[in-house]
Amino acid sequence: MASIDEIQADIIEDFSFLPEWDERYAYLIELGQKMPPLPEEFRTEENIVRGCQSTVWLHRECQDGKVLLQADSDSLIVKGLAALLMQVYSGQPAADILTTDLTFFEGTGLSKHLSSQRSTGLMAMIEQIKAFAVRCAAGEA
Amino acid sequence: MTFNIDKVRSDFPILQTKVNGKPLAYLDNAATTQKPQAVIDAITDYYTNYNANIHRGTHHLSNLATEAHEKARKTIQTYLNAAHDHEVIFTRGTTESINLVAFSFGQAFIKPCDEVIVTAMEHHSNFVPWQMMCERLGAKFRVVPFDEKGDLRLDILAKLLNEKTRIVAFNHVSNSLGTINPAKEIIRMAHDAGAAVLVDAAQSVQHIEHDVQALDADFYAFSGHKIYGPTGIGVLYGKEEWLDTMPPYQGGGEMIDIVTEEYTTYNKLPFKFEAGTPNVVGPIGLEAAIDYLNQFEFAEIRAHEDDVLEYGRERLSEVPGLTIYGNSEHRASIMAFNIGGIHHYDLGTLLDTQGIAVRTGHHCTQPIMTALGIEGTVRASLGIYNTKAEIDALIEGIYKVRKMLGR
Repeated sequence: MASIDEIQADIIEDFSFLPEWDERYAYLIELGQKMPPLPEEFRTEENIVRGCQSTVWLHRECQDGKVLLQADSDSLIVKGLAALLMQVYSGQPAADILTTDLTFFEGTGLSKHLSSQRSTGLMAMIEQIKAFAVRCAAGEA
Repeated sequence: MTFNIDKVRSDFPILQTKVNGKPLAYLDNAATTQKPQAVIDAITDYYTNYNANIHRGTHHLSNLATEAHEKARKTIQTYLNAAHDHEVIFTRGTTESINLVAFSFGQAFIKPCDEVIVTAMEHHSNFVPWQMMCERLGAKFRVVPFDEKGDLRLDILAKLLNEKTRIVAFNHVSNSLGTINPAKEIIRMAHDAGAAVLVDAAQSVQHIEHDVQALDADFYAFSGHKIYGPTGIGVLYGKEEWLDTMPPYQGGGEMIDIVTEEYTTYNKLPFKFEAGTPNVVGPIGLEAAIDYLNQFEFAEIRAHEDDVLEYGRERLSEVPGLTIYGNSEHRASIMAFNIGGIHHYDLGTLLDTQGIAVRTGHHCTQPIMTALGIEGTVRASLGIYNTKAEIDALIEGIYKVRKMLGR
């Protein structure tokens, strides 16, 4: 499996082919729509990550020190962002998640463009993934 | 001066902004308004030529700054038709104005088991401070609901009002629905029951009538930045007889008369409620904004905004699957809507790529969203400089988003 940094570099490259913002959003939305649907049993209250404007469901699992993630959102744009996070993090060793910087958000320009990371709930998602990675790495999850 | 929309637009430099290479359509005026050059100039002039601390100074600059600051108070007094200039208290904004009343009026007049009435269409700023006050003082918190059109249920208000009601707080215009509430009638009903009234004028003072004596409001609060003035300055109007009998809100400089180790006596109005070095330039900028509006007949501004609003509602109602929230016959400035199958955040974000600035979310009115059974809306809100062409851009933008999302 490619490393977190390799995957981030691919994402940044993919976005660089799309000069217009409406194209980038269209691509982001497509990524979200292609994400495998979140099984109904994971759509629980405790899996909800609340943004200011949208709701995200984030399911976490820890297998052999690797973090497995599935997600969904009521907003297609946020769902697309979640899909990118899944690409980057899901299946990666928990230790790598904790030691690798998240660069794709800056690299794609998405960080500047989205109204605020707080409103998308993206920061909350990242915090929850990292907190889970701590427990997974320690063998507590 | 007669109202000329092209001239008005040219007075607001920021309207020339391009977003992603497209002309900005600024339709987020309920959140904050843009500033005319006259306001920007007044602020620059203050810092360039007469910046100083005020009221206590003995020097030339301090005298100039004090004079300008207090002249602004008089201009605002005139705009509101308040009886006295010392009934105009400067605050940070509507939120602070309401918190001031909730605290000081509460301290003076609210006893356990007294009642306070707000409405279900209040901004959190005119909801939470009263809830906090009721919790602090053991008073009861009552909420007047609204009907399916977005009009307040005055029949229920009538039932809630009783001899225990001490104060009624409501917005003149709802920031989420655009409803113009029948302020005079509500105030008359409250007064008949012996209750005082606070009017949250954050969304009305710039659009509709704003004569505090004609309304007979006891308190009236608004923010400078929503009426084309600077941020960080707000106004609390209060009737002298109330303000005189209320204790100070904050202690510190400016608000005192004599300070000893044993006791402190307080300054007279309005300074009793203005602790600390004030926002000196804020009122000066706000005065420039009001002077800007005063160059027109207010009725002309209203007619222009209503014309664009009705055009906007008509065009929006033609969009298949679009629901408009707030259908009172008495309305101003605000168009809140959703399109079936499209999340409000997605619609707002994708409109932004086309240069169209709207607000999305619950607009700090979660009780309204709960009543409507929705998470949030897209809100387009108008100001003095908006045009039908910008409405057309909004509509075109909505169709583009629908196409992009396959809806």
